[in-house]
Amino acid sequence: MNTVIFRTIAPALTALMVLFSLFVLLRGHNEPGGGFIGGLIAASAMALYGISSGVQAVRRALYFHPITMAGFGVLLAAASGIPSYINQVPFLSGIWWKLPLGNGQYFDLSTPMIFDIGVWFVVVGAITAIMLTLEEAD
Amino acid sequence: MLLAVLSGFILAMFAPSLKHFFGYRAGWLLAILPAAIFVYFLSQYDQVMANKAIFEYHPWIPSIGINLTFYLDGISLLFALLISGIGTFIMIYAGGYLKGHVHLGRFYAFMLMFMASMLGVVLSSNLMALFVFWELTSVTSFLLIGFDHLRKAARRAALQALIVTGFGGLAMLAGFVILSASTGTFEMVDLLQYGNAIKDMDLYFVVLILILLGAFTKSAQFPFHFWLPNAMEAPTPVSAYLHSATMVKAGIYLMMRMYPILGDTVEWSIILGAFGGFTLLAGVFIAIRQTDLKLMLAYTTMASLGLLTMLLGAGGEGAIEGAVLYLLAHSLFKGGLFMVAGTIYHEAGTLDITKLGGLWAKMPITFVAAMLAALSMGGILPLVGFVAKESLYHALISGDPLALILLVVAIIGNAFMFAIGFAVALKPMLGKIGDTPKAAQEGSIMLWLGPLTLGLCGLAAGFGITYLGQSIIHNAISSIGNANAGTNLHLWAGFNTPLMLSLLTMALGAIIYMLFDRMRNFADAVLNWIGWGPDKGFDQFMAGLLYLSQIVTNRLQTGQLRSYLRSTFILLALVIWLPMIAYDAFPTIDFGALTIPTFSEAGILTVAVIGLYAILVARSRLTSIVSLGVVGFAVAMLFMLFGAPDLSYTQFMVETLSVVILALVMTRLHLDKADQKTGLEAVVATVVAVAVGSGLTLLLLKVMETQLDMKLSDFFIKFSATLAHGHNIVNVILVDFRALDTLGEISVVMTTGVVILALINLRPKGQNKAKNKPENASENAPKNAPKTLEESGQ
Repeated sequence: MNTVIFRTIAPALTALMVLFSLFVLLRGHNEPGGGFIGGLIAASAMALYGISSGVQAVRRALYFHPITMAGFGVLLAAASGIPSYINQVPFLSGIWWKLPLGNGQYFDLSTPMIFDIGVWFVVVGAITAIMLTLEEAD
Repeated sequence: MLLAVLSGFILAMFAPSLKHFFGYRAGWLLAILPAAIFVYFLSQYDQVMANKAIFEYHPWIPSIGINLTFYLDGISLLFALLISGIGTFIMIYAGGYLKGHVHLGRFYAFMLMFMASMLGVVLSSNLMALFVFWELTSVTSFLLIGFDHLRKAARRAALQALIVTGFGGLAMLAGFVILSASTGTFEMVDLLQYGNAIKDMDLYFVVLILILLGAFTKSAQFPFHFWLPNAMEAPTPVSAYLHSATMVKAGIYLMMRMYPILGDTVEWSIILGAFGGFTLLAGVFIAIRQTDLKLMLAYTTMASLGLLTMLLGAGGEGAIEGAVLYLLAHSLFKGGLFMVAGTIYHEAGTLDITKLGGLWAKMPITFVAAMLAALSMGGILPLVGFVAKESLYHALISGDPLALILLVVAIIGNAFMFAIGFAVALKPMLGKIGDTPKAAQEGSIMLWLGPLTLGLCGLAAGFGITYLGQSIIHNAISSIGNANAGTNLHLWAGFNTPLMLSLLTMALGAIIYMLFDRMRNFADAVLNWIGWGPDKGFDQFMAGLLYLSQIVTNRLQTGQLRSYLRSTFILLALVIWLPMIAYDAFPTIDFGALTIPTFSEAGILTVAVIGLYAILVARSRLTSIVSLGVVGFAVAMLFMLFGAPDLSYTQFMVETLSVVILALVMTRLHLDKADQKTGLEAVVATVVAVAVGSGLTLLLLKVMETQLDMKLSDFFIKFSATLAHGHNIVNVILVDFRALDTLGEISVVMTTGVVILALINLRPKGQNKAKNKPENASENAPKNAPKTLEESGQ
């Protein structure tokens, strides 16, 4: 399976999958998707890259240790509850801001989105961390 | 009051950095907090006097009646003043004693937390809050006793203290729960209003025993006393604090606090009288055997605690008055004596009483402090110890037989304490200059300020006893029992029976002091003859516990994943099948209503069945794992067909990743490529698999028959778009409606990741290496060449 074709195409496929995982993550509020699924897709991408190019390549590409990403994800998700303290609503209540983009359009920023991004980081981080450690030669 | 309790915890966080900037002098700085708390409580005095008590409420878990409620009455005030007042000098003393210690900052942090927990114990009105603070004192004292954690003895002592007091704490918790279940309140304030109703309860005796277990373990009553002398492994400032105002006094506080609620019954008097009296006698007897200053003091603390317990058992206004006075006196003199012992050790390098001598000229201030404390301990005019002793003798001369026994016990105990007190204070100071490891000289001001001040306080309290008796002592006593007690205290009450008994005590004490060495040999011989003690019993108990757990573990934990899975699935099958058989609750399957599957459904099912077949007949594990993935994919396709795209996506990804991870684990563990089951194992596995599979199918069919409660689903469908601005209900539930659940789940995911990393990486080198790949076993350095799944999985 570890053919030239696979090794050549895997990095491109990985990039595509990560892009897709971000797409799935962001559209998750209205269409099938979200942080969990997106995170799993990205983790699969990392697995693919790891199989084709080796653990070191994945670690270099990630730059941060994957378990750090998982920790950051929990922090981000928890921090998305801070605005609810400021607004004096129950912890983790969804809060929405409409950011004007000019020409009459708006960008919807919300705490559930930040929360979902946190979930994404946790799933990618934890699974990738386990996978890479298992894959590393002992 | 909340700030007064919690400030210790807050400052503890900054103590290490303060130590970093100011060195050992940080002790002066950190002492400001206990001093401020002392002043704060002193300023509450007028209000406590006027209103009888201050009550403060902070909601914690109001729905189940658990709140941070504080209750400041006379007895709490006395304790709070002792804790913060003595705490102030302990902080300063610690700076001098542990000067130059690497972990002094950490020590300060522990001390502050310890003090704050203790304040919480004596101020909490809510029983649950009291329990939490109570356990916090156990935990912080564990940290303090084990402070010198490189020594095995210190670790053992710390663990012992934690186990003994923790056990008592749990018993006490059970007592509290029964108490509140019977009365419907967790608030001490409410319980105090109940009067005798609680004592007439059916479960009164159970509650009493459970709560007394808490108090006895904490206050080192026989047979739970052994942790206290062992706790001498802690640095001396800890011992001084532990023995004077905190920790062991928590049990005394609890008994005093519970006196109006549970006390003054026959059971109470007998239990407290017997255990207290025996603890007193055992304490002085073991104390006289010791040659180590600190150990001698430790056992006299045990004796004093026995005396206090005994007095509370005797009950009545006089005995309570004696107990409160003795509590005050003991806190002052024992704190002082311990600090003196610490100073001697710090300066002379030994605590052995047979080696020390003639220090008075070199350490004059310490000598004065030691004398003041010993005079108070011996109960000699005009120190507060004298008044306390007079008062308790006075209370016990009532004529009834139980009190008479207790009186005799008290006189013997006090005579011994008189002798031991002077032995500790005088023997190192007088006589020939001993042969000590270090040439002694007077310690720094940080070392003598505390003991001297406490000694002078004892003196001042003696002279001011009439005033104290009308104010703070009166208040403390009246919050336990009688409202009029304690108003007519005098330093000199004339020639009366208690004075005669005092003189008798002193005479006996003087004889014991003169025969000290002979008494020591005698006690040593007797105790050697007995041989076994609760301390040894504790070791035997722990060893037995470990042995038992080893047997159980060896039996249950075979270390084989297969046997774990087998037990899990057998249990699962039983859980599903047994109730179904017992209640005849099989689902009714209406075969007529079944529809023929569509072409796509049938196709997917066929794929799943082929996958299953492949798993069973596969030669290698890798093929099995991949085939399992095929079955999972088929299920995911079914989810898709029945309109659950989110679930389906997740299933696809999870299946993919499971296959990758399982394959990785397999190569990592260097399993045999093929699964070798014996015939019997295969039969068992088949039976278990069929039982679980069919059981789950039946269960799901049964579930489908019941009416589903659609309330939540309807709510989510209705409000997902309007309230949460999202059309994907699954995702909206995850990130908005149930976000807190998700936060918990992702925390679990992250923690699991960390744990798995640790498990993989911390595997001992050279173990679990390949059976079939011996050439890898010697390579511990990570390979540089990328090792891919493909290579290793072939």
